[in-house]
Amino acid sequence: MKSFELQQEVEQFLYQQAEFLDAKRWQDWIDLFAPDGIYWMPPDASYKTWDGQPAIFAEDKNLMTVRMLRVLHPDAWSQRPLWETNHIVSNVSIQKVAKNGDLEVRSRFHMLELRRDDVRHFAGKYTHHLQKTKRGYAIKLQRVDMTNAQAAYDYVLQVWV
Amino acid sequence: MLQERVANLAKMVEPDRVRKEVYTDAEIFEREMERIHETVWIYCGHESQVPKAGDYCTVQIGRQPMILVRGKNGKVNVLYNRCPHRGNMLCGDRKGNTGEQFRCSYHAWTFQLDGRLKNIPMKAAYEGTRYGKDNPDCSIKKAARVESYRGFVFASLAEDGPTLKEFLGESIVAFDDMCDRAPEGEVEVVPNCFRVIQHSNWKLFMENQIDALHPSVVHQSTGRAAHEVEKVLAKRATGGAAPLSYHMLSAFATVTIDKWDDFQTINYPYGHCILTGYMGLRPQDPDTLAYDKVMIKAYGRKRFEEIVGVNIHHVLVYPGLSVQSPLQQLRAVRPLGVDRTLTEIWHFRLKGAPEAIYRRSLAYYNLVNSPATLINADDLENFWKCHQGLASDGGDWVSLARHLGRDIEKNGAVSSGPKMGTSEAPMRNQMKAWAKYMRAAR
Repeated sequence: MKSFELQQEVEQFLYQQAEFLDAKRWQDWIDLFAPDGIYWMPPDASYKTWDGQPAIFAEDKNLMTVRMLRVLHPDAWSQRPLWETNHIVSNVSIQKVAKNGDLEVRSRFHMLELRRDDVRHFAGKYTHHLQKTKRGYAIKLQRVDMTNAQAAYDYVLQVWV
Repeated sequence: MLQERVANLAKMVEPDRVRKEVYTDAEIFEREMERIHETVWIYCGHESQVPKAGDYCTVQIGRQPMILVRGKNGKVNVLYNRCPHRGNMLCGDRKGNTGEQFRCSYHAWTFQLDGRLKNIPMKAAYEGTRYGKDNPDCSIKKAARVESYRGFVFASLAEDGPTLKEFLGESIVAFDDMCDRAPEGEVEVVPNCFRVIQHSNWKLFMENQIDALHPSVVHQSTGRAAHEVEKVLAKRATGGAAPLSYHMLSAFATVTIDKWDDFQTINYPYGHCILTGYMGLRPQDPDTLAYDKVMIKAYGRKRFEEIVGVNIHHVLVYPGLSVQSPLQQLRAVRPLGVDRTLTEIWHFRLKGAPEAIYRRSLAYYNLVNSPATLINADDLENFWKCHQGLASDGGDWVSLARHLGRDIEKNGAVSSGPKMGTSEAPMRNQMKAWAKYMRAAR
């Protein structure tokens, strides 16, 4: 029963993460991260660390704040047109449980993005390193391996996936 | 029809304006590919991308799919990615190692790494025909000319024309400035290419790269955002300085629109351009000072001062290359169609320089040039909007008249006037080169 509860707790956390992104609740999303938390999207699945290498995203909370303030600025021209996303998170599998309750979790996602009249699809694998805190889980690392990481990007990614 | 319009090409470029069709007409695009991209020297890649014999990567020159491959003798070859038998593409992947030969996936014809025919299966079937080793048409066609400068490989698909050095002219400083900043005098590619597609004509990219009027307008949002966080970090940091990467971004807001006139563009034959004014001046942080020490040891103080004193922000090699030598970044432009353009973005390590200096280049590469760019997102948005407007009947001309008549011409180079860095001189110079290429007899 214990593991069932843990599984559900983790799933709910991952759903919340995706929901904040789709709802454009950027500050709430950033607050899910631990103070030293990192959001990382490697350009290739073979990468082992975010630090000191090319990265599509490699952001601490300060850089996340830059990105958030940018998209909220009235002159962020590329933010003007209609722009929405929809995440589905699934295949949630707890890989490791540490003695202190910290977790490593793997899941899969699919994101549909609408910009003006154009739809794009992004899919891939999430790896979450979650820290157990008094107020629930905090993200130490969110690794996003895009299935299309190596493909040419038709336009760019403006916020986190 | 194009034949009628070709006569009008001469009327499409005036000293202060350009017809919109230059950016939107599909037939003009085809002619550009033939007359410009498939004629001049086009950047194919860096030698360090293919270190071993058989290493290859594929690259587009104009409309032509090409293979850059390291031969057995160490020489880099540029070949058409096409089997001479039935026309099949030989390499279907973007990069790899082909071993000792190319082997066509359709009927197993094999070729040496320099393109020469090696074998045809059951070749007796060709006895008495014109096909066989003696017929050059049975080998992979090569780029007409291939030259390399300090590791940067260029190819021209035209037999005749200026040498690479003649073509590059003063813009060769892009590669000298980048390599000289390495204590070992060489750079090495970081094996990752960011590829981004924009929905506009390729010329909009080339014009935007040295358009000093646009940054504070287009990138205000990121500049402001970075400046806000930079101020908070500076307060917290010992020594009161946020990481240099924040400065790279905040400069887009803190360098206000009028200050961009302090920059200068120098424009050269063939459409090349240098934008002077180095972004961060010369910082005096511990990382820079450690690097200076290594450089002085390698070059001596006098030469070191010359090297780091080179005052370049950006070099544009028309029609398809944009180099930021002080940050070791390079963007190659691959036109996909009249309204679609791919940019391939690379960065390099300065051989022998401390890791911290690489990280500076990396920060710029990730923040500005990745597919999650904090900067180019708004450029790409503008490129799309530009194309939409240009394709409309709302007007026939694009104006390039800013500071017209105040450029300074000297020894064949055209500089923007003093405190006129936002002059549209680079666009005028590019269009001058464009018109010359397009009208040339062939």
